[in-house]
Formats: sequence, C-alpha cells, structure tokens
Amino acid sequence: MIARDRTLAMLLIALPVCLAGGWLLPAWVQSLLVLALGKGLVVLGLVLLMRTGLVSFGQGLYFCLGAYAAVSVGKIFKLDNSILMSDALVMPLFGAAVAGVVALVLGFLLARYRAIFFAMLSLAFSMILYGLLIKIPALGSSDGFNISFKTVAGVAIAPAAQLYTLYAVAVVLVFFAALALHQYLRSHLGRLAEAVRDNELRVEYMGSSVRYVVHVNYVIAAVLAGLGGGLVGLSIGHVDPDLAYWTTSGEFVFVAVLGGTGSVAAPIIASLLFEAIKSAAYQYTPYTWQMVLGISLLLVIMFLPAGLWSVFQRRAKRA
Amino acid sequence: MTTILHARGLNKSFGAVTAANNIDVGVERDSIVGLIGGNGAGKTTFINMVTGYLKPDSGTIHYEGRDITSLVPRSITQLGICRSFQIPQLFNTLTVRENLLTALGIVVIERKKFASASTLRSDGVDAVADETLERFRLAEYRNHVVGFLPEGVRKLLDIAMAMVVKPKILLLDEPTSGVSADEKFFIMDMVMDALRADNVTILFVEHDMDIVSRYTDRILAFYEGRIIADDVPDAVLNNAEVRKYVIGESHPPAAAGGARHAAH
Repeated sequence: MIARDRTLAMLLIALPVCLAGGWLLPAWVQSLLVLALGKGLVVLGLVLLMRTGLVSFGQGLYFCLGAYAAVSVGKIFKLDNSILMSDALVMPLFGAAVAGVVALVLGFLLARYRAIFFAMLSLAFSMILYGLLIKIPALGSSDGFNISFKTVAGVAIAPAAQLYTLYAVAVVLVFFAALALHQYLRSHLGRLAEAVRDNELRVEYMGSSVRYVVHVNYVIAAVLAGLGGGLVGLSIGHVDPDLAYWTTSGEFVFVAVLGGTGSVAAPIIASLLFEAIKSAAYQYTPYTWQMVLGISLLLVIMFLPAGLWSVFQRRAKRA
Repeated sequence: MTTILHARGLNKSFGAVTAANNIDVGVERDSIVGLIGGNGAGKTTFINMVTGYLKPDSGTIHYEGRDITSLVPRSITQLGICRSFQIPQLFNTLTVRENLLTALGIVVIERKKFASASTLRSDGVDAVADETLERFRLAEYRNHVVGFLPEGVRKLLDIAMAMVVKPKILLLDEPTSGVSADEKFFIMDMVMDALRADNVTILFVEHDMDIVSRYTDRILAFYEGRIIADDVPDAVLNNAEVRKYVIGESHPPAAAGGARHAAH
C-alpha cells in the first residue's frame, strides 16, 4: 500500500525532472531514452496482462500497428502534409487508437483462451500482420518506409529541436499512461485482474465476467503497445515489418520478466536498463551482444526472481 | 409457503454413470434443506446443475418461476443463487480482507445486475468487510495471504464470500468437511444465525448426520442419482432404504434430532 502511494508522488516528481534533465543530456542518450520509453509502454501493457495471468507473445502486432498506422493511412488516402503524416503527438495517439480498435475485435476471440494457447494465438496474429506487410508494396514491403515529423500538436518544430521535442512528447505520454494505469489498477476492475489470475471459477460464481476482465485488459495493453510503437517509429525515423516479428514480441516479454510486476514504474525502468545494456553490449561486444543480454536475464532470474523492482521493494520494507 | 426453486425431470449422465435420474423436487422459500448420500450419489451434481456449472441432459430448473436451466453461473449468481465449494475456491495470492473486498466489489460496483445489492452501500464496503471478518472470526487473519492458511479458515472464508453476495438461495457444498469436529457446530451456528435474519433459503450437502438432523427442516437422500427419501429429518434418517444405502446399517437409529450433540 505504501509503495503504491509512493508511485504517485514519484511520477509527479519524475515528470519535471525528466523534462528538465533531458535538455542536458547528449543527443544519443535522448534518442535512446525515447526508444526505451516507447518500448516501456509496450511492456507496461504486457505487465497488465501478466497480472491477469496471461503472457502475450504477440504484442509486436500492436507495436507495429502503432508505428505504421498514421503514415499508412496517410499514404493510402494520399493525405500528404496532413497532421497524420507529420505531427509527433497525433501520430502515436492515432496508432494507439488503431491498436485499440483491432484489439477490441480480436479480443472477442482471444479472451476465450488462456496460458500457452493465448500466447501462441497472439503470436500467430502478429505474424499474420508481418506476413501481410511484407507483401504490400505500397507500404514498402519488407523495407518499410521512413517517417518524420514537423509539428507537435500543430506547433512547428525547428529541425534542431526535434530530438528533444520527441523526448518531451515521450516523457509526457508515458507520464499520463502511467498515471492512468496506476488509477486503473486501484479501481475495482483493475483489482479483478488478480482475482481472475487466481481463480476464474470464483470470479464467475461471484457474478462477474472473467472474459470481460480479460478483454478490457487486453485492449488496454494493445493501446499502450500502439502508443509505444508510434513513439519508437518516430524515434528511429523508419518502420519495417520486423516490428511485428515474433522476436520483437519476445523482447517485450524479456523486459517484462526483467522488471517484474511490482509497480507501474518497473517496466519503464527495466526498459531503460534493457536499452542501455543492449547499446553497450552492441558497442563493446558487437558479435556476442545477445549473449550479454542472455546472461543478464539469467542473473536476474536467479537472484531477483520477482524482477528488478524487488530490489526497491526490499529496501522499502527494511526502511 | 411458496416454492422458490423447482427442478423437474432432471437427468444427467457421465458416460455409464447416472448422476441424476429423473429428479423432481421443489424447494420452499426460507426452508433449510439437507442433501445426504454416499459418494457419487448425485448431491454435488444436483448443486452443479442448479448453479449452472453443469447442464442437465434433460429437464428444467425454475427459480422464482423463471427458467434458469440454460443460464451460465454468472447470471444465476446475479439472480440471487450463490454457492460455497467443497474445496474452497479463493484468490490465493490475495489476503483474507482483499478476498472479501473483491467479492464485495463485484456485488456493489456491478450492483445494477444484482437483485439484492441494494442492501449494501458502496461507501460502506470496507465496513462490511471488517464486520464480516469479525462475524466469521477471521479478523486475526485479515492480512494473511489465503494460500497459506489452514483448511478450516479457508472454508470459513469460502462461505463468507458466498454470503456477502446476500443471496436468496445459498448452496453449501459440505460446509463442514475438512473442519475439526468441535468447529463444525460453530460454523453451522454462525451460518444459520447470519442467514435467518436475511430470509435465505439454504441447501447444504453434509455427511455428518448430527448436523443434518439439527439444522435442517427437510432432508433429501440421494442414491445413484435418485432421491430415495424426501421428508422431515427424523423420518428420512429412520427410513429403511436410507439406512441401508446412505447411513449404513451399523449405525444406531437416529434419536430425535438434537439429543445427541449434547456430547459436542
């Protein structure tokens, strides 16, 4: 309980600190942070599913949709120079909305499945998107396409300020997402997630719908993944079908395990750490960077089975 | 008295085993009915059919004049039929208090669906949870994670969770199994006291004949999916067929209910 209340204060402090502190950071760090924050959002959604007792190996589906959606719609309907193709706030939000709508539809099917069947079915859907995208020349097939932005909420941004602007957009979006999720987890519906994980039979026999709880959490997770995908697409400046590939989805599960399910901050922190380890490993051991990642996960599983967040929790208990 | 629950011509088989064989029974409002019978006699199958967990192969179940045969457990619960389980079904990683709060949350926050939820105030959920903890003598365990609690405590919580829904019919599947002998009467007294005030109809499965004869005003004896006796406790417990198939001949004939548990 104490840890939860602290989350709110932490978020409120983190927002201005991150916004101001980001200005001082070198460009490559800012860029890395946008990437980490975007992926952190996806992991946040994944953790929500884990609280419901489900692991999705297909969050790449919504991650990719979020990254592709705005510009794809712009390309298909020839909306050149519209906000859909050039606004750093509109694009991720549009991607999140598209992801949410798709999840709402697929949710009717997926909410019936559990455990490995849920995991594999979600993976299958993400691979279907991958398969579709590599066969659509208008969207660049396997090469994808470049994306960029010129405005934020309609305000033109000078090229020199773009990186920091994107960073600020990412920080603000993550702040609101974490705030909303924190409130949601304290609500009755949010708490039902754990009840569903523990005992579906009892939830039904208390008169509540397990499928509804799963469906709602699935859609929220997809919206977060879409938002994250939109940010990551802008950060890289390029999207391609690999965003929907199963290894991308696997990476999110990796980070979720790394962070643990203790708090809304855990996935974000784990994502930052993951991106940092990954870049460092890539820089210093370019041929064996996967091994470095693998060993780090192994160490976390062996010594911190509840994830990195358990370090903070232990300290809080001792204090 | 009016009939609140009416089963007509219920049949259910699992392969070659007949778990319900043309069961016809009506339950009167506010009555307390005991279900007895050996293992596999069809008691739990009957409860499972009434609560929607199993669909009968044929036959109908009416509750307050409404056909509930094809409804799912969730809808049946919302209409006011709730149950406890032979093996407690709890949220094992949550604490005792959180279990109750989750149950109360379902009833109060999703209240529109519940026939009887108006008796609970949404702002009083915490108070109701604490009061329930006290009443069931669970207060000392309030912050214990239920997965690690002894079976007797889990059993109490299981019944408490069924009762906070404020059902009109409560089905208890072996409420005193796995509970020590001296706690059995405590559990039953508590359940009956709590329910008497609320006009709840109770059906419970029980193997302890002392408990059945003391707390019920009617007993249904099951054998091979049929109801072989349906009467007031003394009549059923002295019925020749019941003595042969359910109780076992070696037991002495039941004296008038109540006389024997002076020993407890």
